[in-house]
Amino acid sequence: MTAHIDKEIESVVIRFAGDSGDGMQLTGTQFTNSTALFGNDLATFPDFPAEIRAPLGTLAGVSGFQIHFGSTRVYTPGDQCDVLVVMNVAALKVNLNGLKKGGVIIVNTDGFDAKNLRLANVPEADNPLKNDSLSEYDVKSIDVTKITRTALAESGLGTKEIDRCKNMFVLGLIYWMYHRDMDNTIDFIKAKFKKNEAVMNANIKVLTAGWNYGETTEMFANRFVVSRAKMDPGVYRGIMGNQAAAYGLIAASVKSGLPLFYGTYPITPASDILHELSKYKNFDIKTFQAEDEIAGICSAIGASFGGSLAITGSSGPGIALKTEAIGLATMLELPLVVVNIQRAGPSTGLPTKTEQSDLLQSFYGRNGECPVVILAAQSPADCFIMAYEACRIALEHMIPVFFLSDGYIANGAEPWKFPNSADLPAISVAFAEARNKGDEPFMPYLRDEKLGRPWALPGTKGLEHRIGGLEKQNITGNISYDAVNHENMVKLRQEKVDRVANYIPAQEIDNGPAEGDVLLLGWGGTYGALKTATLQLRGMGYNVSHAHLRYLNPFPSNLGEILSKFKKVVIPELNNGQLVKIIRDKYFIDAIPYNKIQGQPFMAAEVVAKIKEILD
Amino acid sequence: MTDVAEKLSSKDFASDQEVRWCPGCGDYSILKQVQTVLPELDRPREEFVFISGIGCSSRFPYYMDTFGMHSIHGRATAVATGLKATRPELSVWIITGDGDALSIGGNHFIHLLRRNPDVNVLLFNNQIYGLTKGQYSPTSEQGKVTKSTPMGSLDYPFNPIALSLGADATFVARSMDRDPKHLQMVIKRGYQHAGTSLVEIYQNCNVFNDGAFEVFTEKSSKKLETLMLENGKPLVFGENNDKGIKLDGFKPIIVDLNDASVNDLWIHDEEDLVKATILSRFYDDPSVEGHFPRPFGVFYVNNKKATFDQLFNDQIAYAKETFGKGDLDKLIAGKETWVVN
Repeated sequence: MTAHIDKEIESVVIRFAGDSGDGMQLTGTQFTNSTALFGNDLATFPDFPAEIRAPLGTLAGVSGFQIHFGSTRVYTPGDQCDVLVVMNVAALKVNLNGLKKGGVIIVNTDGFDAKNLRLANVPEADNPLKNDSLSEYDVKSIDVTKITRTALAESGLGTKEIDRCKNMFVLGLIYWMYHRDMDNTIDFIKAKFKKNEAVMNANIKVLTAGWNYGETTEMFANRFVVSRAKMDPGVYRGIMGNQAAAYGLIAASVKSGLPLFYGTYPITPASDILHELSKYKNFDIKTFQAEDEIAGICSAIGASFGGSLAITGSSGPGIALKTEAIGLATMLELPLVVVNIQRAGPSTGLPTKTEQSDLLQSFYGRNGECPVVILAAQSPADCFIMAYEACRIALEHMIPVFFLSDGYIANGAEPWKFPNSADLPAISVAFAEARNKGDEPFMPYLRDEKLGRPWALPGTKGLEHRIGGLEKQNITGNISYDAVNHENMVKLRQEKVDRVANYIPAQEIDNGPAEGDVLLLGWGGTYGALKTATLQLRGMGYNVSHAHLRYLNPFPSNLGEILSKFKKVVIPELNNGQLVKIIRDKYFIDAIPYNKIQGQPFMAAEVVAKIKEILD
Repeated sequence: MTDVAEKLSSKDFASDQEVRWCPGCGDYSILKQVQTVLPELDRPREEFVFISGIGCSSRFPYYMDTFGMHSIHGRATAVATGLKATRPELSVWIITGDGDALSIGGNHFIHLLRRNPDVNVLLFNNQIYGLTKGQYSPTSEQGKVTKSTPMGSLDYPFNPIALSLGADATFVARSMDRDPKHLQMVIKRGYQHAGTSLVEIYQNCNVFNDGAFEVFTEKSSKKLETLMLENGKPLVFGENNDKGIKLDGFKPIIVDLNDASVNDLWIHDEEDLVKATILSRFYDDPSVEGHFPRPFGVFYVNNKKATFDQLFNDQIAYAKETFGKGDLDKLIAGKETWVVN
């Protein structure tokens, strides 16, 4: 046994990278759960190929999972990693430029054989383990495959099954390095393989072998201690974005007392919301996998007509298909939530990569004058409350609402100080009441102070009425081709959206003073990177503030005033400049765009550099 | 269902909106037959919902004093599925046309039929696009000369009955606007069927495709050109009911009843899918020598398939029974939490 010195560190970024069949996502998720339970703050970034089984060993097939955890607050998965775990040469090639100089590389040497070198297009003479190309890094070479096979020689399993346990060795070793408890993962393995004891035992054995390898070899001089983070007191859990969104929708269903109907069609990266909701039928959650995107939204419109909390979900290409039906919902003035987990476009684009490029689609992507309410979540946990808000506004205002998320926060995870359901804002829904003969005739387009119309359910006596996509006469809801009525109705539907501003929170400055040189104005999943960048810039003495929009249409009513207090407004977005167009249009300010369109989130350092460039 | 339904008349189902189909349109008759049948169903008016897509026929809901939705082109089937799944106690009707159901809405149409929710589809087939002023439709005969096909259309037509059987519909029938009693009977039977009922209705567009079904609807030719299906009865047609259809293996043969016995004829069995499939192929051009008469009535009924709405709601009930009513706070907290002091 070797004595290892414990070293206290504030935070660390680890990236697990391997072939898409190497189980890196599972390894990352397990490490995340254990780290969350330990009490660190954290943020994760799974980065995987669109192909389910991309060609083995190739650059295209590399799957990565990055986690940033610390004893201080963590807002992003980290720009560069401190530790890079690579299962093969392709994983090294793809990820090396994301590793800090001097960082640790844990290498599975078996993944650097002739075959793997060839698959990764690396000439045998350039094997990075055999030249000095990695001299600036701290390379820990381990033949993970061989050790795993030796450990499981007596297991009775075939080589293929044995090799599938490799990732557990790496996980065990990293657990040892960072003093993590393995119980959570052992419980997970026991549950996952409860029907196959041999595989269960094999995984546990290899996990333990990884731990013991760190303990007994002299390869690692240090173990690292990352203390619990000083977070707001409360009860926490770990949560991923899509899971949080699903819970937010369920919470809205429970709090409004309405059954939830989710009409959808599978699409990356939105499908996990369908998977998650489908588990909770006992909450009166009704999921419907339709024949296509259009049927998904139309079935939701039918359910909304019938009095359900109706939701459809998709990603950009699917939203494009739903466009006409969103227009219908706007004319029908029925509540509807449209979930868009954005990905890089146009067309099929980069299905597993993140982007914020559907904002203009949400604002303007329909025929005719068709305004809808638009909300966006800013972090994985924030998906919960923003999905909930989307439902609240849809139901209380009788209006379609977009809930925007993106691949980055949808698949990312963070600790969540979750709310008590009793503390969630109330959602009040009142259906129109039955009428008898002799009562005043029912007016389906009569309006309340929010400009909402009555929700009159089929089956209610005396409320028989017809709605449809043709222009309506206000109040009566009858078809109207009257010229002036049409103009009034177009303005009325706009006013209805605008009035939502009276029912949402005022915009706050997340960080920094209420006036100054630069305001970083962001929206959606870039929150963590912008927050981190702002903290760093302020630390360097720059007069920078950060505000992050979660309510995009309508904007909070104080936004114009906030913007007017800064000399410069910089709008960083993962698109070619979308929010910036709307801000310029609405507030007549010379906002400065800062754009990244690489299917990857912002790095805080990039943002810092950009702001310095603007200010210096 | 609410308490005892008040006695309703066909007038109670007419809305106050002016009916705006072209004078002479077959849609008027269909509207009238539906308004005639509904009061006989002994059901409160507020439980009826008519959902349509786009096209001439799809204006139908506006003229019914029931709940209604005039949705978007081809998607009434999807809207109705969502409504019926969540409100199975309602009587949901889909009003569609040949373009709406079989062209732009073809995908939803076949998926509706395979899922089998308990809804009623009235497919107004006029073999033309009326609302867009006379282009050929997916049921127009090949060679149709229209504004968009001045040299004749190239597409082969869909056979809606065969398509529906192919999509595993559980109730498939055909009727026509010009035979009110028959249409009422078929609509009523469709309503009574537990599952999706598909009723194709030959409907004359007197402006853009006048006389498309004349040979089946005119007194002079109707008896010879149509085959009125009745369950358990032999397939007989002809001016004096003097012709019949016999099966030689799977091959149908027209026989003269002056030479052959009625006892040898094919007896219509609504529950026989194979025979219904053969009948659905009686789709010949009536001008071709030796053609078969066109069948009307109920081709096929399958009462054994559970409805989608039933299965959908059974799962919810089962989940509640098995796992208990959901506890939101437990769900939000998940299995593993930690406390920060």
